Amino acid sequence: MNAPAPLPASLKANPRLGQWLTIGADGSVTVRSGKVELGQGIRTALAQIVAHELDVNIERVRMVSADTAFSPNEGVTAGSLSITDSGGALRQVCAQARRIYLRQAALRLGLKPQQEAQLRVIDGRMGVPGDTAVVSYWELADPALLDRDATDLVEPRASPPKQAPRLDLPAKVLGRPSYLHDQHWPGLLYGVVVQPPSPSARLLRADVLSARAWPGVVAVVQQGSFLGLVAQTEYQALQARARLASDAQWQEFESLPDMHTLADHLRQGPVETTTVGSKTATAAPAAVAQHAASYQRPFLAHASIAPSCAVATFTPEQATQLEVWTHSQGVFNLRADLATLLGLAAQAVRVRHADGAGCYGHNGADDVAADAALLARAIPGRPVRVQWSREDELTCAPVGAAMVADLQAELDAQGHVVQWRHQVWSTGHSMRPGRSPVPVLRAASLMDPPFESQVAINMPMAVGGGAERNAVPLYDFAAHEVISHRQLRMPIRTSSLRSLGAHLNVFAAESFMDELAEQAGCDPLSFRLRHLQDERARLVLERVARWSAWQPTALAEGQGMGLGLARYKNTGAWCAAVAQVDAGASLRVKRLWLVVDAGRIINQDGARNQIEGGAIQTVSWVTKEQVCFDRTRITSGSWESYPILRFTEVPQVEVDLIDRPDQPSLGVGEATHGPVAAAIANAVYVALGVRMRTMPIHAETIARAALAA
Amino acid sequence: MAHTTVHFELNGQPCQMQGLASMPLLYALRERGLCGTRMGCGAGQCGACHVLIDGRSRPACDTPLEALSGCRVTTVEGLAQGQAPGVLQQAFIDEQAAQCGYCLSGILISAAELLQRRPSPSEEEVREALDGHLCRCGSHQRIVRAVLRAAAAMRQGAA
Repeated sequence: MNAPAPLPASLKANPRLGQWLTIGADGSVTVRSGKVELGQGIRTALAQIVAHELDVNIERVRMVSADTAFSPNEGVTAGSLSITDSGGALRQVCAQARRIYLRQAALRLGLKPQQEAQLRVIDGRMGVPGDTAVVSYWELADPALLDRDATDLVEPRASPPKQAPRLDLPAKVLGRPSYLHDQHWPGLLYGVVVQPPSPSARLLRADVLSARAWPGVVAVVQQGSFLGLVAQTEYQALQARARLASDAQWQEFESLPDMHTLADHLRQGPVETTTVGSKTATAAPAAVAQHAASYQRPFLAHASIAPSCAVATFTPEQATQLEVWTHSQGVFNLRADLATLLGLAAQAVRVRHADGAGCYGHNGADDVAADAALLARAIPGRPVRVQWSREDELTCAPVGAAMVADLQAELDAQGHVVQWRHQVWSTGHSMRPGRSPVPVLRAASLMDPPFESQVAINMPMAVGGGAERNAVPLYDFAAHEVISHRQLRMPIRTSSLRSLGAHLNVFAAESFMDELAEQAGCDPLSFRLRHLQDERARLVLERVARWSAWQPTALAEGQGMGLGLARYKNTGAWCAAVAQVDAGASLRVKRLWLVVDAGRIINQDGARNQIEGGAIQTVSWVTKEQVCFDRTRITSGSWESYPILRFTEVPQVEVDLIDRPDQPSLGVGEATHGPVAAAIANAVYVALGVRMRTMPIHAETIARAALAA
Repeated sequence: MAHTTVHFELNGQPCQMQGLASMPLLYALRERGLCGTRMGCGAGQCGACHVLIDGRSRPACDTPLEALSGCRVTTVEGLAQGQAPGVLQQAFIDEQAAQCGYCLSGILISAAELLQRRPSPSEEEVREALDGHLCRCGSHQRIVRAVLRAAAAMRQGAA
């Protein structure tokens, strides 16, 4: 007999069925997931899983946002794992709950054991077909039934779930309160923070005493270099902030690297070096040619459309208990850091999630929660809402790490890669709250005395890694060596940005594959297939090439197509991309074709939406974006200085989603970022003969590269 | 700082607002509980807070109260048909034209302005009309489809 399959990790860690699910006598199903809505549609996809497994109409399902008071702790909503983790857990929870309720129904209906298997469920009503006796979940509803731990795996339903449109969309298009930013509390006050003008600035002087008398101001807080105030209305708060900021004096330092020689900064230590993977050839390689190239990306901002926002309330008088509303990706993680920052026990802090705008990773959401808590402490009993400015969002939030990847390969006489070496240089990609004993929230390093500034880490490869994500080749080369160098200085805070290191590593590896193909005298598609055994990878690649009518030569003057391929994290979804570019006076990505294999698809349209969105965001990263700075300040603090892709620049995106109902579900939110980036660079090379190895790629950088070549 | 009282039309109803003359409409609307108009940049660069002022799509973060006297203002809430989504809003639902949705209110407003002006826009004209609006999730393609769908539905409704 086979050993029973293990329970999904989220369920193993939070095994109580009743923690996830309540079946109500009122005909409702209440679901508490630890994963949160970030605009990716997870609430709808999870509701769909629940409705399907329990066989109830989706209208009955009430999704409760994550709350440290009762939700299962599922860590952070990140890494394209919510469908796998929370979806996998809920599928199992519901399959078990269904079995428990069927048992109860059999007892209530007085069925013989052999009749129990004939029970069917239609929208929560259970009965044997042809028999008039039925009983519903709602009649049998009893929390005690689910007050037990999940048992060994129950076979969930094999049929595909019924497709559902986004549950949250009607309210959002009607302009109804939908985001944390829109919520109102009785007695709500408005807090604002005067952010230091540069990452290492120290506050020398601020007119705190006068500010207390300004219109509407109810409190001014200065603690070390943390400076903020609270006012009766939002506009009063904004006006007072402008006034307070205008004469605050700061000591600033030239603590930033030269943005024009970032690669040198990343390569010049101190670094922590790790071998990520290696494979030794069985026979001595007979190399006849070799090639080396370096690839680079700048710091990238998350650049959410909504500035980060939080609401904090301390209990009156003693201020012993804190409640925080946040759009953070991890309520438990945030709670841990808030507790340390404020000197409270974790149990004294309750963190509750409400929708924000898309965050695309670890942005300012956690930081602003600390700001709100620090300001709310000055007025216990009153809720204080803090919303960052656009400039705060673009200059104070953590950013995606700048990276360099050095690739080297050796080819044998038959044009096979016999040695592949991939080295990546980067600051860490993870500085999330709750993972170190010292709080990493922005305000922590501003306190007096300050909490020591932390340096971002890379998560272990077992959970996807960070800078080294996707640095291990997908191809079956005779030998490979993959090394990661984590920069131990961090003058600009870096943390998780969608796809982490996969964006640059796949950009580098897939650009390099095209370069090697040329050296081997082979077209890029055949060259890839020659080294590729993974059947699902071969399938997506061949399919996208055929579908897009990809060709390795220019379509017309200045026009070309390029390929890119990856299996996200080497364990997630497969994605093959073709980009078509027009590199005339300006670079335009005209069209993208994407073939994705993400196993069993829960919500077809939701998955497509994520794939399209990820691809369009990547075009923006690759062709437009970089965080700019001088030696002291980050200077890209507005949409003018940090431009992103506009409607007239967006390519036509075509998606072919391979559904495999018999395979585990894999996330799709980050599958496209690497392949699309590489496909664009490869297309530019076909169009112009200029190899672009540094992002961003646009007319100006292409001209510079052409001159340097 | 000068306080002012302005009278204007808000979503078809007479409206009176008091406050600092310099206060942007965005904050005044949100104080009244009309929070569909959303803060994105405060500098008229992202389009998230657009409203129709006398039929033209304008950033509410950059429009002081004092400039509104006698104007006709429509916010995203004003695009609904009673409690139900208006034709344009329904098209966005039908096309599932959003991810996080934060940018949508402003986009709906500029789309409404476009369809007033050009009942049968081309795809290119829709993109041009929305070019001042930023969407970070990458829902552009669906949004353009939704506006074209709404245009078709409105033409059909008018026929």
